[in-house]
Amino acid sequence: MYKLILPYLGKYKKDVILSVICSTVESFFDLSVTLLMAYLLDYGIGRSDIAYTLKLGCLMIGLGLLVVGMGILSVKYSTRAGMGFGAELRKAQYKAIQGYTFKNIETFGTGSLINRLTGDVTAVQSAVCTAIKTLARAPSMVIIAFIMSFMVNKTVALLFLTIFPAFVIIYAIIIRNLMPRYKTMQESIDSMNLITQENLTGMGIIKAFVRRDQQKKRFGDANNKVFRSSDRAYGFGVLNGPFSNLIMYAVIIAMYRIGGDLIIKNYLSVGELTSLISYLNSIMTQTLGIGSVFLVLSRSVVSLRRISEVLAQVPDIEDGSVEQAVEDGTIEFENVSFRYGSSGKYILENIDLDISSGETIGIIGGTGSAKSTLVNLIPRLYDVSDGCIKVGGRDIREYTLKTLRDGVSIVLQQNTLFSGTIRENLRWGDPTADETELDTACDAACASEFISRLPEGYDTVLSQGGVNLSGGQRQRLCIARALMKKPKVLILDDSTSAVDMATDAAIRRSFRENLPGVTKLIIAQRIASVMDADRIIVIDEGRVTAIGSHSELMERSDIYRTIYKTQQEGALIDG
Amino acid sequence: MAKFRKMLKPMGFLMGYVSKYRLILAAAIFFVLTGAAASVTAPYLIKPIVNDYLLPGDIPGLVSMLVLLAVVYAVITVSGYCSARLLVRLAQRVTHALRQDVFNKVQSLPMSYFDKHTHGEIMSLYTNDADTVSTFISNSLSAMITAVLTFIGCVTMMLILNPVLTLVSGAFFAVMAIVVTKSGGISRKSFVAQQQDMASLNGYIEEMTSGQKVIKVFSHEKQAMEGFEERNNALLTSSAKAQLYGAIINPFLGGIAATNTSVSSCVGVLMVIAGFMGGRFDIGSLISYIRYMQDAGRPVAQFSGQINFFLAATAGLERLMKLMEQPAEIDDGQWDISEENGAKAWNGGTPVAGDIRFENVDFGYVEDQRILKGISLHAQPGKKIALVGSTGAGKTTITNLINRFYEINGGSITFDGIDLRDIKKDDLRQSLSMVLQDTHLFTDTVRENIRFGRLDASDEDVENAAKLAGAHFFISHLPQGYDTVLFSDGANLSQGQRQLIAIARAAVADPAILVLDEATSSIDTRTEKLIEEGMDRLMEGRTVFIIAHRLSTVRNCDCILVIEGGEIIERGNHDQLLALGGRYHALYTGAVELD
Repeated sequence: MYKLILPYLGKYKKDVILSVICSTVESFFDLSVTLLMAYLLDYGIGRSDIAYTLKLGCLMIGLGLLVVGMGILSVKYSTRAGMGFGAELRKAQYKAIQGYTFKNIETFGTGSLINRLTGDVTAVQSAVCTAIKTLARAPSMVIIAFIMSFMVNKTVALLFLTIFPAFVIIYAIIIRNLMPRYKTMQESIDSMNLITQENLTGMGIIKAFVRRDQQKKRFGDANNKVFRSSDRAYGFGVLNGPFSNLIMYAVIIAMYRIGGDLIIKNYLSVGELTSLISYLNSIMTQTLGIGSVFLVLSRSVVSLRRISEVLAQVPDIEDGSVEQAVEDGTIEFENVSFRYGSSGKYILENIDLDISSGETIGIIGGTGSAKSTLVNLIPRLYDVSDGCIKVGGRDIREYTLKTLRDGVSIVLQQNTLFSGTIRENLRWGDPTADETELDTACDAACASEFISRLPEGYDTVLSQGGVNLSGGQRQRLCIARALMKKPKVLILDDSTSAVDMATDAAIRRSFRENLPGVTKLIIAQRIASVMDADRIIVIDEGRVTAIGSHSELMERSDIYRTIYKTQQEGALIDG
Repeated sequence: MAKFRKMLKPMGFLMGYVSKYRLILAAAIFFVLTGAAASVTAPYLIKPIVNDYLLPGDIPGLVSMLVLLAVVYAVITVSGYCSARLLVRLAQRVTHALRQDVFNKVQSLPMSYFDKHTHGEIMSLYTNDADTVSTFISNSLSAMITAVLTFIGCVTMMLILNPVLTLVSGAFFAVMAIVVTKSGGISRKSFVAQQQDMASLNGYIEEMTSGQKVIKVFSHEKQAMEGFEERNNALLTSSAKAQLYGAIINPFLGGIAATNTSVSSCVGVLMVIAGFMGGRFDIGSLISYIRYMQDAGRPVAQFSGQINFFLAATAGLERLMKLMEQPAEIDDGQWDISEENGAKAWNGGTPVAGDIRFENVDFGYVEDQRILKGISLHAQPGKKIALVGSTGAGKTTITNLINRFYEINGGSITFDGIDLRDIKKDDLRQSLSMVLQDTHLFTDTVRENIRFGRLDASDEDVENAAKLAGAHFFISHLPQGYDTVLFSDGANLSQGQRQLIAIARAAVADPAILVLDEATSSIDTRTEKLIEEGMDRLMEGRTVFIIAHRLSTVRNCDCILVIEGGEIIERGNHDQLLALGGRYHALYTGAVELD
C-alpha cells in the first residue's frame, strides 16, 4: 500500500518534511505552555508572586503566537502535499490509460475507468490528506508530551506507556473486522451504481414497457443492501471512540490514585498533576488521531487497489520505431491468424490478402463473422497472433503507432464526437487544417451539405457525443474527420449504417472521384454499399471464403449470391 | 438573514426525512444529552478531589471520589457509543429513504428531462449529494449538538465558579466566533471554485475516456493528456487554496484558545492571590475553571470544523430538492385498458383495435424549433405503415409521440378514437412495443432481458418469443443458454444479436401496436431472411409502424409515408409512390442504380 502511495508524493517530499518540522516546533511550543501553567499554579499562587505571574503570562502569550505561526505554515505545506498527491495520482492513471491498447480498455470498460479516475482518486486523496495532516503533527506531539511528562514525574509517565500497547491491540481488532465490512459495503455500492447507470441509459425502453415498478424494486433491493452493509460497517467503525475513551479514563483515574500517594509524599505538586493531565490529554487525542488515520486509510484500500490495477496494466502492443510516413496504400496479409489472448478459439484463421494502392475493397459477411476484427488489425488496434501484415510494403509493427495510424485512418463502428465545435472535431485529424482542407474532407464525406445549412457552419457547437446531430450526420462527420488525416488507407467499419441510401451512394461516388489514390476498405451490411467495389471479400466464420468483383462473386460464391438475392428481391420484382 | 433562510429550507427538507425516524433521533439525542451532562460533571468532581482529598492527603476519601469519577466516565463512554451508533443508523436510514425517493422521482420524469441533463449529473445526485447528507448526519450532526450543549454547560459552570473571569474568557470566545464566521465566507467562495474545477475535470475525464478508442485511432493521446493536465492543474491550484482556507482556521483558533488560557489563568491566579470572592475562588476552583474554559473553547473549533460539511450537505440537499420539485410526466387520463377473457378492452368495454390517427400534429423538442409540421396520418388496425426519409427528417420523433414520450404542441393524436391525453399513460405504453436501433440490455440473464417485455411471461413464452425472433439458435449456443448473464449492456453479444433479443422482447409483450425503428439494421441480410417468417407472424394482426433504410423492408407495407423536413411529402403504397416519380422513386432507384 505504502509502495503505491509514496511515489506520487515524491514531488511534494519537501512539503511533507517542512510540514513535519513546523508541526514538531508547534507541538514543542504548545506543550511548553502547559508546563508554564504548572509553574504558574505552583509558584504564582504558592508564593503569591504577582510579578512572576505576569511574566509567565506574557511568555505564555508569546509562545502561543509562535504556535499559531507554525501551525499555519504546517497546514499550508501539508495541504499542498495532499492536494498535489491527488493530482499526481490522477495524472499517472490518465497517462497510463493513454498508453492503453483496445484490449486494455476493454479489460476495464470505460465506465469503470472513469470511476477509477474520479471517485477512487478522490477517496484515496482525502484519506492521504488526513494522514499527512495528522501524521505530521501527532507523532511529535506524542513524543514531546511523553518526554515532558517524564521530566515532571517518572512514575506517572511510566503509567502513560501502557497506553500504547492497549491502543495497538484495540485498533488491530477494529481494523481487522472492519476491512471485510468495508469491502462488502463497496461491492453493494458498486452494484447499486450499476443499476442506476443502466436505469438512465435504458430510460427510453423502461418507459416504453412501463417497467417503472420493476426498476424501483431492482433499485430498492440494491439500496437495501447498501443500507445494511454501510450500517454494519460504519456502525462498527464508531467503536474506536468509546474504546479510546475507556483507556484514557482508566489512566486518568489511576493517575489521581497514584498522584494522591505522591502528593502526600511531596513527590508531586498539584500544579504538576494538572499539567500531567493536560499531557495525557494531548497524548490521547493525538494517538486517537493516528488510529483514525488507519481507519480512514483502510476505508480507501479498495479504491487504492482499483487504481493500482489501472497502473499495473501493461500495454500489449509494442510501439515500432520507423517514423517515415506510410508510402502507399498497398496492404498485404500473410497467413494472418488472430485470437483474443494466447489461448482460445481463433477468430481469424490463415488470412492471405493482397490489396493494391487505390483499390476499393468491400467486405461482407454474417453477424459475428469477424469483419471488424480483420480491419482492426491493419492500424494495429489489435496485434496479429500469427503471420504478418504489411502496409506500404513494410511490416506494420515496424512503424511507430502514430505514423501507422496517420497513414491508416479507420472510422470505427461505434464512433464518438466530442463536445466543441465541428471545426475542433474535424481538426482531430489535422490540427493545422485551414478552411479549404476542411471543405475538401467534408465534400468527400458528403457532410458539407448539412454543415452549410447549420446557422454557424463549422463553428456549430456539438454537445457531448454530438447528440444534437442525427445519426447519419454524425457518421458523415466521423468520416470527414478520418479523411482530415489524408490517409493512404481509409477503413469504414459499417460507418454509413444510419445514412440513407441516396446519401450512401453519393458518398461512394465521391470517394471514387475525390480519393482515387486512397485504398478504401468498406465493411457493410448492404450489398448495394459494396457492389461497385473493385473487389469484395466475403468472410464467413473467420475465413475468407471468396474474393472477387460483384459479377465474379455472383458466379462463384453461394453465400454472396444468397445475400444479394435477399437484399435485392424487392427491387427486382418491381424493377 | 436571507442567506440563513436559504439554508433553512434544505434543512427543513432534511428534517422531513429525519422525523420519519424520530424514535432513533430521540434516543440519539437522549444519549448525546446524557453524554454532554456527564462531560460537564467530570471536571466539576475535580475541584473536591484536589481541594478536599489530594491536598489534605485523604486517600480513602479520594478512592471513593475516584469511584464516582469512574461512574461518570463510564456514562460518558457508553452514551458516546450509543449516540454515535444511533446516528450512524439514522444517517443510513435517511440516505436510504432519500436515495429511493430520488430514484422513484427520476422514474416519473418526462423524457425531456433526460434530454437536458447528462447521466453524470443525475448519477451524482445518488452518489455525491446523498453522501454529503449521510456524512453530515453521522458526523456533523452529533458534533454540532454536542458542541452547542457542551458550550452552554461549560459557560454555566464558569459563571458559577467566577462570573468576572468568565467575562474575560467570554471576550476570547467572541473573537473566535467572529473568526469562524468571517473565514467561513472566504472559504465558501474558494470551495465553490474548487467544485467548479472538479466538475470540469470530471466532465472531461468522462467524455474523453468514453471516446478513448477514437483517441487511439487518431493518435490524439498527447492532446488528450494536455487537456487533462490543464484541468488537473487548475483543480490543484483551486483545491489547494480551498483546503488551505478551510484548514487554516484551526491553528488560528488554537492560537486564540491558547492566548485565552494564558490570559485567563494569569488573571485567575491574580484573583486567587487577591482572595477574590471572599476567598471562595481557590486553587481547586481555578483548576476546574481552566478545564471548563478549555472545554468550552473546543466546541467553537469543532463547530467550525463541521461548517464545511454543513455547507456541502446544504448544497447537496438543495440539488435533491430541486429534483424532487421537477414536474412529473402528466398522466391524467381516464381511459384504461384491462384484459378480460384474454382480450384487451377499453374501460372493460370495447376491445382495443389499434387505430392511430394524427391530425395536424405540430411538435418541437425545444419551444421554437418545429420538428414536425402539420402531420396527419391514419393507421388502421392491423395495417403496416412505413416511415421513410432522410436522417433527421422526423421519423423517430413521430413514434416518440405515439407513446407520449413528449407532449405535442398542436393538433391531436387519437388511439381508437380516444385522445392520447385521455388514456392512462401506463396502459397506453403497454399496448405498444418498440424495437429500437440501439438495443438496451440490462445486466441480467438473457431470459430476464426478454421477459422484460412482459413480466409474467413463463419460461416457455420467453423461448417461443426467442424462436419467433430467430434468437433461439444463438442463445442456446451461449455458455449457459438462456441463463447466460449479460454484462455492461450486452457487450458480449454482437450488435445484430442484441437486436434479435430486442425483437424477442417485443414479441413476448404481445402489443396491439408495434414500432420497429431500424429494428433490423445491424442484422445481416441472411439472418434477416431467416427471421422473415417470424417477423411476419409477429406483425400479424397488429398495427405496425416501420422505420427502415432498406427499402426492401418497407415495400410490402400498406402505406408508405415519405417524410422530409418534418412534413409528409408523399404517401401511398409502393407502386403508387414509384409511379409518382417523386422523392420515393429517387430514393428507391438510388438504392438500385448501381446494378
